Amino acid sequence: MTELINLVTVSLILVGIGVYGLIVKRNAIRMIFAIEIIANAANLNLIAFSRYLGDIQGQVFALFAIAIAAAEVAVGLAIIIIAYRLYKDIDVTQYKFLRG
Amino acid sequence: MADAGFIGLSILTIGSAIFALESREIIYGAIALAISMLGIAGFFILLDSPFVAMFQIAVYVGAVAVLVIFIVMLVRTEALFSAEEDKGRRIAGLIFSLLMMVGVGVLLFSSLFSSAEFSPVMDKIVNKIGNEMLTYYSPVFILLALTLAGAIIGALSLARREDSDQRPETSTTSPQYEKLYLDTKNEEQEQV
Repeated sequence: MTELINLVTVSLILVGIGVYGLIVKRNAIRMIFAIEIIANAANLNLIAFSRYLGDIQGQVFALFAIAIAAAEVAVGLAIIIIAYRLYKDIDVTQYKFLRG
Repeated sequence: MADAGFIGLSILTIGSAIFALESREIIYGAIALAISMLGIAGFFILLDSPFVAMFQIAVYVGAVAVLVIFIVMLVRTEALFSAEEDKGRRIAGLIFSLLMMVGVGVLLFSSLFSSAEFSPVMDKIVNKIGNEMLTYYSPVFILLALTLAGAIIGALSLARREDSDQRPETSTTSPQYEKLYLDTKNEEQEQV
């Protein structure tokens, strides 16, 4: 029988991988990959705790989170397309207009 | 104790997540990301929530992965390979994420969750989800639909070419493509 702590550990490792990708990578598409990995780890946690508590609300939250993540990917990729058209590059350090 | 299916799924998910970030060709990375999402859907099935698993497969593997692969094909130039990260940054990122994992892991394993047992399996999961979504969470549901529509329309209008309605003679494409375009246009006229 799979236990709660195993699933939370897998989720923690996935978050670690995603944070590593966000820090190290300069390629914009890879940064979107890293964000997706973190969002999936959060969904896994939601479902695991929903199963642990025997409550359906975790699954409803996970459904909403998946839909929002899909919308975020669509907008993020559109922004990458525009930035690529402007700079002919997807290296985020080259995006000078987007600097804060 | 974890069983074999769980260990296999963990290795698949984590390994393909690492490969998605570290592969040389970014298109293999996109496919590895889709495999990682499939592994997460497998975890959902292990946790007796098949509806969320189907939703995950439909949205992530069906929509997001295809979108990412299309974008990678659109931007497929030398620009994809020029983004080379420096060594110090890589080591710093590795140390930071390892520290984070060890810190949160120590907290987790010393907490009550380390010996937590699952509650018994729920029945009629899809009925319950539908009930919750259309009664208590119905405002969230409507807002979510509006958000999705807004995001899709926003993405479409962002990515639309500004000069798409200009004449091809004044377009900024390279000469060979323009010649190709004119050739095909002539052929079409001949066919007519």
